[in-house]
Amino acid sequence: MAEKVLMKGNEALAEAAIQCGCRHYFGYPITPQTEVAAYMSKRLPKEGGCFLQAESEVAAINMVLGATSAGVRAMTSSSSPGISLKSEGVSYIGGSDLPALIINVQRGGPGLGGIQPSQSDYWQATKALGHGDFQLFVLAPSTIQEMVDFVPLAYEVGEKYRVPAMILSDGMLGQMMEPVEFPEKKETAVADKSWATNGHQNKRKKNIVNSLYIQPEELENLIKERYERYAKIKEEEQRAEEFMCEDAEIIIVAFGASSRVSRSAVMQARAEGIKAGLIRPITLWPFPDKTIEKHVDHTKQFLCVEMNMGQMIDDVKLVVSGRKPVSFFGRTGGVIPTPAEVLAEIRAIAGKEN
Amino acid sequence: MAVVFEKPKALSDVPFHYCPGCTHGIVHRLVAEVIDELGIEGQTVGVASVGCSVFSYNYFNCDMVQAAHGRAPAVATGLKRALPENVIFTYQGDGDLAAIGMAETVHAATRGENITVIFINNAIYGMTGGQMAPTSLPGQVTQTSPYGRDVKTAGYPVRVCELLSTLTGTALAQRVTVDTVAHVKEAKKAIKKGFENQINKKGYSIIEVVSTCPTNWGLSPQEAITWLRDNMLPYYPLGVYKDIDAEGGDK
Amino acid sequence: MSTLNVLLAGFGGQGILFGGKTLAYSGLLDGKELSWLPSYGPEMRGGTCNCSVVISDDPIGSPLVTQPDVLVAMNRPSLEKFVDAVVPGGMILVDSSMVDIKVERTDVKVFYIDATKIADENNMKSCAIIILLGKMFKEIEFLNENVVEAAVKKVIPAKKAAMIDLNLKAIEIGMNA
Repeated sequence: MAEKVLMKGNEALAEAAIQCGCRHYFGYPITPQTEVAAYMSKRLPKEGGCFLQAESEVAAINMVLGATSAGVRAMTSSSSPGISLKSEGVSYIGGSDLPALIINVQRGGPGLGGIQPSQSDYWQATKALGHGDFQLFVLAPSTIQEMVDFVPLAYEVGEKYRVPAMILSDGMLGQMMEPVEFPEKKETAVADKSWATNGHQNKRKKNIVNSLYIQPEELENLIKERYERYAKIKEEEQRAEEFMCEDAEIIIVAFGASSRVSRSAVMQARAEGIKAGLIRPITLWPFPDKTIEKHVDHTKQFLCVEMNMGQMIDDVKLVVSGRKPVSFFGRTGGVIPTPAEVLAEIRAIAGKEN
Repeated sequence: MAVVFEKPKALSDVPFHYCPGCTHGIVHRLVAEVIDELGIEGQTVGVASVGCSVFSYNYFNCDMVQAAHGRAPAVATGLKRALPENVIFTYQGDGDLAAIGMAETVHAATRGENITVIFINNAIYGMTGGQMAPTSLPGQVTQTSPYGRDVKTAGYPVRVCELLSTLTGTALAQRVTVDTVAHVKEAKKAIKKGFENQINKKGYSIIEVVSTCPTNWGLSPQEAITWLRDNMLPYYPLGVYKDIDAEGGDK
Repeated sequence: MSTLNVLLAGFGGQGILFGGKTLAYSGLLDGKELSWLPSYGPEMRGGTCNCSVVISDDPIGSPLVTQPDVLVAMNRPSLEKFVDAVVPGGMILVDSSMVDIKVERTDVKVFYIDATKIADENNMKSCAIIILLGKMFKEIEFLNENVVEAAVKKVIPAKKAAMIDLNLKAIEIGMNA
């Protein structure tokens, strides 16, 4: 393994994309993700790649659609308001069965909101990043190392199933530095891209990248086929981390930045003799329901900790289905919860005095 | 027996869905003939836009991508940056190019994006059933300007070639039409130049084709041609608005 | 102590982020877990700026320091804003060239160092933060002092190599302050 370096999350993620073969980046400045674009603008020309600052988020995601149609690894990055603008293009990418990498370095919303870290785009990322029946493969890193490691994973899964992939980061992970090591250069699996519109060279039938199907039955069949792939993704690509869950009576479910805070709180609770644990969803879609299910019987209660008003809790409740109480603690608007606040919630649930 | 007329190879054997008297068919054929003559079908990728010509992905035999409404220049940019040695063209209508996609259009042009744009201006939204377009003429009656386009509230039609000719990145901006044999020949020459410009890496080329929409204009095909000559051409004069080969163009 | 929470605060331009980075690299080279988190806001010259650095023997939960063990305050607004957040028994390092008030708390260790003035006198403009860090390294006994020199060399890019000696001298001044 290479030497550990200190890097900002945004820059580490950008470097990871370059290292796994992304040579086409299209973006637009927005805080707190701009370092991704700045890093790409510095590095990509030297790698013979293309950095293009688009006229808008809308244009940028459609440039990604064009480049990925050609069969190359392309990406764009933005923060919450910019992701809303990209939603049109993301829907077309999903509807055209194209892989692509989209980064959301979340900030507070709605509207222009704020620029401090948030997780309030969970619903958007996992339920409706654009119109229509479709899903993205959504990964939630919680460390800078994961910002690096999840990039090749996002590309590989996206290409394998021909679905767009999102890394749902936030302003904290984007801006902070941690020691990180880049994997030794390795050839990542090259997916079949026989569908690419890169010129048929008179050697094959023409390819069409398209999301328009005027006949309802034809569109329905296509969507059903896509949902078979989604079912396979749900079966094979769920990822979650369990921390001190085996004997836990109170299990926190938290992803990304809030999972870090929650882990500290769990350790403090354990020191006080409270049997707390943490499930950290790594894939937000597919949601790791198998991991949650494993613990429904033995634990007494779930506590969702999020940097929003309660979004992922819906998915937790769907798995738990009323068998155990599921409560919520969140801060929003760009406020990062403190371990002390989460610990206070755990104590309250455990019936201990604060 | 000598073959004197045949379907261009770059056009597929699928009947067009276009209405009688619509000029899309002619322009499709011209684009296909140019692709044949330049021998570039195998390396060409076309971008279909939203509008009546959305199904052009079924008609051209080269690889095709269908773009969101207005985003064809952005999609073409992504394709071209990934495939710099291929030939990338967009085929867009007036609503797509000059309303919802104006930002993408202007910025692709000003970047000198090395693509070829075929722009069909028929002064109306065809596919959605005849609403006012950014190029609908003053006083023109459409479904959404039932009393005629009132410039006091709806503003004035956009002259795209004139606008784009002010941008340094534009290599060619030429307006043509296909109402006569002579004009059809001129249109083909312009389209061919647009593709050649790309092959010679000269930058953004746009060929605006002043076109008809008999169905939504409420006219017969013959009346539509007359209406085009009497109303469209005075507002949208034919000619070369910018040609970097002939510094300044002739307009 | 298995975890050290440091908050560095001052104006933009005082090297707050650079100081934080030097501290963070020291932790890295000492084999610890660490995180560095800057405050960020609308880009503005002369705005307030702070930086959280956590160095720990364990994986780091929140990188945001809300209850610092050590506060480095390089201007008055920063001291006023964060003085009460410092944990009892913690430490405050004040650049007394820039701050004309005293800490009233008696449950924390306070060091007043004329860092900006000393830096100016020694022709090491912008090294005031490093002087304060030098003092901190001396006092906290959490990090191995030997790693500091290596950290400075890591943080300063090769094209500014001339700055390395200056910063090393600043640390020495701070340690003896």
